[in-house]
Amino acid sequence: MTTNYILLGILAILCFYPFVYVFSASFSSGKAIAEGSVWLWPVDFNIESYKQVFTHPGIWIAFGNTIFYTVVGVAVSLFFTICGAYPLSKRDLKGKGFIAFFIALTMWFNAGMVPTYLNFVGLNLLDTRTGIIMGFALSTFNVFILRTFFQSLPESLEESAKMDGANDWQILWKIILPLTKPALITIGLFYGVSRWNGYFWAMVLLKDENKIPLQVLLQKLIIEMNIEQQFSIVNAGIYSQETIIYATIIFSTLPIVILYPFLQKHFKKGAVVGSIKE
Amino acid sequence: MASNVEMVKSKKPLQEKSKFQANIEDWKLSFKKYKILYLLLIPFITWYILFQYKPMMGLIIAFQDYSVFKGIAGSEFVGFKNFIDFFGGDYFWRTFRNTLLIGIYGLIFAFPAPILLALLLNEVKNKYFRSTVQTLTYLPYFVSTVVVVGIVINFLSPSTGVVNMFIEKLGFERIYFLTQPEYFRTIYILTMEIWKTIGYTAIVYIAAIAGVNPSLYEAATMDGASRIKQMFHITIPSILPTIMIMLILNIGNILSVGYEAIILLYQPSTYETADVISTYVYRAGLQNGQYDIATVADLFNAVVGLILVLGANKLSKKLTNNGLW
Repeated sequence: MTTNYILLGILAILCFYPFVYVFSASFSSGKAIAEGSVWLWPVDFNIESYKQVFTHPGIWIAFGNTIFYTVVGVAVSLFFTICGAYPLSKRDLKGKGFIAFFIALTMWFNAGMVPTYLNFVGLNLLDTRTGIIMGFALSTFNVFILRTFFQSLPESLEESAKMDGANDWQILWKIILPLTKPALITIGLFYGVSRWNGYFWAMVLLKDENKIPLQVLLQKLIIEMNIEQQFSIVNAGIYSQETIIYATIIFSTLPIVILYPFLQKHFKKGAVVGSIKE
Repeated sequence: MASNVEMVKSKKPLQEKSKFQANIEDWKLSFKKYKILYLLLIPFITWYILFQYKPMMGLIIAFQDYSVFKGIAGSEFVGFKNFIDFFGGDYFWRTFRNTLLIGIYGLIFAFPAPILLALLLNEVKNKYFRSTVQTLTYLPYFVSTVVVVGIVINFLSPSTGVVNMFIEKLGFERIYFLTQPEYFRTIYILTMEIWKTIGYTAIVYIAAIAGVNPSLYEAATMDGASRIKQMFHITIPSILPTIMIMLILNIGNILSVGYEAIILLYQPSTYETADVISTYVYRAGLQNGQYDIATVADLFNAVVGLILVLGANKLSKKLTNNGLW
């Protein structure tokens, strides 16, 4: 029994410690990092690294882009998802079986990287914000999850509304959607996290530096390490390449961490429904 | 007599109102009842056609000597030449081997990890400890791939990385992990497939375990079974259907999702063990413009994935009488 606690404790620490280190290191001096004196707490506490990050013009443009892609992206995604999930949840809607199969197929087989890229080129959506928003609007998995939620609503609700003379549009807006708010929030969060963290297609499709989201900027800084070009490492003792990287990481992850309790609660619900949906 | 003949005559038209006509009437009824919903389905289906099915037409370039300037219509059809180039080329064996190995290692080490976590968490009585562990292990999932790779790169840095500082304190020499091919698979599986997702995936299993009938445990306790015996004979068999469904859902992904992280983690010196089919597709296709041969590789990857999914579904049916279809 105690081994259980120890194992789990070690795992929890391993999952959490990297963030503690990154946080402390971002407030430490470059010198202290290089000497290896930082383990848990900041050493030579300073906020120079953050000053460097905040004064980098590209950061705020990228941050703005990420917010744009996330907010608009989630709105668009929810619209399309409801457009699909609601009709598909009606038991006697003719054609629903075929449509469900039609979209389920895309979960296992898709055209692949190159044809997808060429498709964007062909649609003139290369290097456009529209391409990023529209091209990745739907996740079939989420459509099915939302469909399950809609299916769980009692039919009598609609029937009585129809008897009172409401048409489908009013039923959807005034009755169904308010009732499925928790589901919509959950699906919205699924899409939101995916949008906030998404980098690959943004990197592939966007060339204009003013359109790239935060994660792509991070990829350039952290992975391609062209820090020297972007920041002037004048005072190498107080801050360094590493401290700036760590400060940038904290900057881009902070929103997620702040929303974390909220995310955790809803994702748990969603995962449970998703696994039981069959 | 006359009435019988009339009855027979009147029966025939009723039967001739065939299935086809009944079908059309069903459709008409459905359209009438759900007018607005069908309207809603239009943008939905259009999206799938435009962004999922239309690109599939582009797969034809696997059979073409594709040139961006000529486009699909203008490029020459060369049959299976690209396939021969790919399978006979320098990169096929390396990428195929790495894809398989990373996939197999993932199956052996990364797939059971969340199951184990769920089982261990199930044994914990203390609510606060359990929810703390869950909260902490869940966190890495929400952090983006780029950030996780950034952390990994910096932690493994030979000059300032925590891991190497630790190694040095123990008296050993520092290792430049990310340039050595022999470490790549371990690093990738440990960080991306285990560390990042263990907490999140465990939730599905935790929910499944919670669904097991408690009276089964009570009966076992009365028979004197230890907790470990109960885990093996009750818990695990009960969640086996969930495990199989997760296996089927993930087995196709094992071949392809990893490339987003691998692209960030690998470098030319580690291509020997790091280059998988998908990263080759990215390099050859999107970076070097060899669209046709890259499409062949991607197609091959997709077919192998499909075979794995079908195989996993069969296995699931054999073991648990339950499959995804």
